[in-house]
Amino acid sequence: MTTETLLWLIPLPPVLAFFLIVIFTNKNRALSHTIGVGAAALSWLGSMIVFARALGVHELGKTPFQSTFNWFPTGAAWFKVGVLIDPLGAAVLFFVAITIFMIFLYSVGYHNYGQPAGDHDRKGLPPHGATVTDEHGHAHVVPSIEPMYSRFFAFLGLFAFGMYVLVLSDNLLTLFVGWEIMGLCSYLLIGFWYGKPSARDAAVKAFMTTRVGDVFMLLGIAYLYSATGTLSFREIFNNAGFMQALATTATPILGLSAAGLIGLLLFIGTIGKSAQWPLHIWLPDAMEGPTPVSAMIHAATMVSAGVYMVIRMFPLLSLDPRTMTVVAFIGTFTAIFAATIAVAQNDIKRVLAYSTISQLGFMIAALGIGAYVAAAFHLITHAFFKALLFLGSGSVIHGMEHGVLHVQGEHAGSPQHAGSPQHAGSPQPPQQHIDPQDMFNMGGLRKKMPITFWTFLIGGFALSGFPLVTTGFWSKDEILADAWGHGHLAVFITLAVAAFMTAFYTMRQITLTFLGEPRTKEAEHAQETPWTMTVPLMVLAFFAVTYGWVGIPEHFPGLGGLVPNWFHDFVGHTLAHVPEAPAFSWVPLLTSLGVALGGLFFGWLYYRNVKSAKEDVFQIPVLKNKWYFDEAYNFLFIKPAYWFSETFVYKWMDQWLIDGILHSFGKATQGLGAAIRKYIDVIVVNGFGDLVGYGTKDVGQGLRPMQTGRVQQYMLAALLTVIVVGAILTFFLAA
Amino acid sequence: MDFLNTHLLSLILFIPSLAALVILFLPSEEHKFIRWTAFLASLIPFGLSVYLWIQFNPDLAGYQFEVKYAWYDAIASSLHLGVDGLSLTMVLLTTFLTPLALLASFNISDRVKAYMMLFLFLETGMLGVFLAIDLLAFFIFWEIGLVPMYFLINQWGSANRNYASLKFMIYTMGGSLGLLLGIQLFGVLFQTFDLAEIVAKWNMISPNATFGETTITFATIKTVAFWAFVVAFAIKVPIWPFHTWLPDAHTEAPTAGSMILAGILLKLGAYGFLRLVLPLYPEQAQYFSGALAFLAVAAIVFGALASYGQTDFKRLVAYSSVNHMGFVLLGVAAAARAVGTLDATIALNGAVLQMFNHGLSAAGMFFLVGVIYERTHTRDLSKYGGLFTLIPVYGGILIFTSMSSLGLPGLNGFISEFLVVRGSWPILTVYTAIAMLGLFFTGAYILKAIKNVLHGPLNEHWAQGEHKLTEINTREILVMVPLMALILVIGVYPAWILDVINKAMVMLF
Repeated sequence: MTTETLLWLIPLPPVLAFFLIVIFTNKNRALSHTIGVGAAALSWLGSMIVFARALGVHELGKTPFQSTFNWFPTGAAWFKVGVLIDPLGAAVLFFVAITIFMIFLYSVGYHNYGQPAGDHDRKGLPPHGATVTDEHGHAHVVPSIEPMYSRFFAFLGLFAFGMYVLVLSDNLLTLFVGWEIMGLCSYLLIGFWYGKPSARDAAVKAFMTTRVGDVFMLLGIAYLYSATGTLSFREIFNNAGFMQALATTATPILGLSAAGLIGLLLFIGTIGKSAQWPLHIWLPDAMEGPTPVSAMIHAATMVSAGVYMVIRMFPLLSLDPRTMTVVAFIGTFTAIFAATIAVAQNDIKRVLAYSTISQLGFMIAALGIGAYVAAAFHLITHAFFKALLFLGSGSVIHGMEHGVLHVQGEHAGSPQHAGSPQHAGSPQPPQQHIDPQDMFNMGGLRKKMPITFWTFLIGGFALSGFPLVTTGFWSKDEILADAWGHGHLAVFITLAVAAFMTAFYTMRQITLTFLGEPRTKEAEHAQETPWTMTVPLMVLAFFAVTYGWVGIPEHFPGLGGLVPNWFHDFVGHTLAHVPEAPAFSWVPLLTSLGVALGGLFFGWLYYRNVKSAKEDVFQIPVLKNKWYFDEAYNFLFIKPAYWFSETFVYKWMDQWLIDGILHSFGKATQGLGAAIRKYIDVIVVNGFGDLVGYGTKDVGQGLRPMQTGRVQQYMLAALLTVIVVGAILTFFLAA
Repeated sequence: MDFLNTHLLSLILFIPSLAALVILFLPSEEHKFIRWTAFLASLIPFGLSVYLWIQFNPDLAGYQFEVKYAWYDAIASSLHLGVDGLSLTMVLLTTFLTPLALLASFNISDRVKAYMMLFLFLETGMLGVFLAIDLLAFFIFWEIGLVPMYFLINQWGSANRNYASLKFMIYTMGGSLGLLLGIQLFGVLFQTFDLAEIVAKWNMISPNATFGETTITFATIKTVAFWAFVVAFAIKVPIWPFHTWLPDAHTEAPTAGSMILAGILLKLGAYGFLRLVLPLYPEQAQYFSGALAFLAVAAIVFGALASYGQTDFKRLVAYSSVNHMGFVLLGVAAAARAVGTLDATIALNGAVLQMFNHGLSAAGMFFLVGVIYERTHTRDLSKYGGLFTLIPVYGGILIFTSMSSLGLPGLNGFISEFLVVRGSWPILTVYTAIAMLGLFFTGAYILKAIKNVLHGPLNEHWAQGEHKLTEINTREILVMVPLMALILVIGVYPAWILDVINKAMVMLF
């Protein structure tokens, strides 16, 4: 099979799985997950083959794999869409395929495959556990299988399809198609447990917040298409004439060039999708979804998509320095802003959510200062370790839930928890004793869940940038080196501070969760998760360590040159002019060593002694409440929008004003009709008619008594008439 | 076959009416038989339209399959029929939706005979508008279509049907008075009602020439006539601020009535813009394109906002039509301003495809509202809640169809909206940018509907007992399947239909 054919085929298995599961197999769980995981495996396999072949091509940047076909006609020409694998695409495809596959596999365990159905589980709510009786007659509460198990794999399949479409696209329009399909899937998956109002609202919030960015992005696409007549990346970037024209055409907005304005419009799409300030608000709430979804959204796919798109569009963005400044500012600000919030969160997944926002800020900032390769590198390393951390946190929560159910089971003697008949069909879940996601309820889990602990530790250290042995160190160091080397001092300092905070809250998380002694009974009874969950953790942990070594800078003291800096060389060739790696300097290296180790050390030092949230000095209200952005947006945008729609547009404009005018026409016509009837019809027309009619009638009525039917009377009348007429005639004629 | 090829359009046009006449002689109490007769009869024009689509040569300019019957010889009007790529698309939509609407009406048990007959007469009326290329015939079909719809709303509608049907009837008729005058003007001037002839002769008239004995210049006459046409069609589309009949008519109409109303009747107005306004008044349309664009953007934005402000499910969907049809007019306005350019062609492609797409998604949405209304007897969004658990198949179909309405890439609505935005952007940049606000709120109202109907805590009222909600049944699924299939097919591979539209637009404008 040619590589091009293979490229067309890669996205298909997951979407076929989606349709198969939704239409045919949704009643059969085993078949559904087999189809889902199998499809992910097929796409993974195809991607690996493509990646291997891409490695073998000399100067893939100049001769990428690509193939196009006519999508729809525009006048005399056709709009073409196609697939493309250039070095950037190949590198992204590699991590996307692996993480997606791992997430599929993990979901089998996470949704409790093989466990009994819950006592009173209901579709749309998380499973609440099932009571089983062992051979000794003891009742235990064990995790129950997800009631919408098959549906989850269907949605995940569609999500994977969206991501593959996005990565393989050779043009902005189909990239946008994949982008939006993922938007829909994230909506469906965040709101997977749609019966929970919080999940439902989070889903709507995610969709609408990203849609703010999407409509701007759509304008950017329309603009770019109008300006160049194509949306194909290579046709635009490789055409010096286009690029020249885009860079020199002025627009009336902010003095930006056409390239700058298009870049800015597209970048707003990224702000929404990659949850950058000020559209970051949806991502933490997205934690309402099942944990594999969090990994999918926050690591492998959706948020990466935003960064990927701007990296893709880098040649265009870099044409206008003003746009680049905006990008750098938004990224840098987001990096530190989100880090401050992460320090004060207690929910294990929310900490990771804010750290994601912050890390995405690093990538955006890197791009804004022109560090193309560093941004792509951090995108990939982050995908590995953040997927690992999310899946790890899911494993922790899963283990904790086990503990929660176990504690519940100890009270199984009381009928309330034993799935007694009065509870069958009741929507109320049994009261959960503690929040299994609150880190202050954990502690000491390293002994209970060793695989989860070690892999989480690797992921956490990678996130913190622990030197040499983690990927995060290499990619973050490269960003700092670029910022320093290109003289962006403000960006450098801010990111360094953000990196320190990252290491600090990561160690806080690890310490609170795994170290020390269990703080609750539930944590004591936590249990390691099944192999379908731990294997993905180990695979991702492997990449979280090793992937960094493909991007070791050439002049790094000691290690540089031992392994070639493959990543820079490979991905750099995506661009027409391969970017220069910054010259080596001790300042960024020592800084990155200092902040990583310092943050980890202080995090451990402080939190090893903190026993409860009350003792934690970083529970500052403004941080805990995320700088009150939700409240502010609600007050500034959401409520006014609703009032404007319901009251102003509908009630006042449509019902009162427009319908009022129509009704007044109706009334005026009716009034006119009534007036015509009253003053013209009744008096003049009817009056005349009545005169004629009634007159005749009256005369007739007056004459009627004469018609008696008696001949004598008629004769008498005739005689009288003759006499009278004769007399009159005689009188006149004779006279 | 020869007879078929020469009389294809007349057959498509009159078979529904013939079927209605046949039904007249069927026994009234045989409901099932009447329903099936009507449904099967409506499949014939659909089959013929598919045949027409296959036989149609998109590369030829002008009308194809023309037939001309003597009619009002005295005033030189004939029943002249013909199709081009524009009308063909609309004919296909009409004959495709009518059987589905009839199938959707199988639950009607009150005066079935009259109902089915009215529906079939309605189909002839709508097809006549798309097929006629004689203006008098066009106008007659235009008005004929109103009568069955009036009775469908008035007799089979819900609570406020008298108000709604009267508003619909009076408003549309009142609006078309100017259209009638304009058409008569053509008859007087040119002694013909043939559209092609009129377009050629009308555009030859110098704007400085005066009308008859008077001193009124044709520049003035054309401007007045332009607005008379615009108002007639704008009411039908409907364009803001002529849209307020629509939520009432839609909300009160029976389910299938709403499907046809949104799916096809609104297209008559948009079709009028493309068939008459742009060819007859190119200068005026260009001069007033800013005003048209303003009205279009107002429809897009205010339509979306008003939809978002609804608490009635059906009204919410009704307002979404205002929002979506606004994109059609935006494309028309852009094409009017920059006629002949590539941008204009793209905008027009988008506008025509948007007409077709809205026909699919709006018909589907109204049907789905009907399905849930029939079971719950309420349209109040706050009375639902968490129904996904009870009716997962319905829920899946509703989400799919709403996503088409929302313009999700991968489904049909995105292609047409993108083309309109792409075509309008270089021509009407500011208006297009403002229209994005409407696109944003499209998402808001769609998600509001899903949130209230399907998601959230289950409203126990519907979970058990006499109110227990039943899943969408097979017949209802069969109504939705063809719609959903086309929605997906156009979204994934739009070339088959866009190629016909594109060629027609290139040749027409």
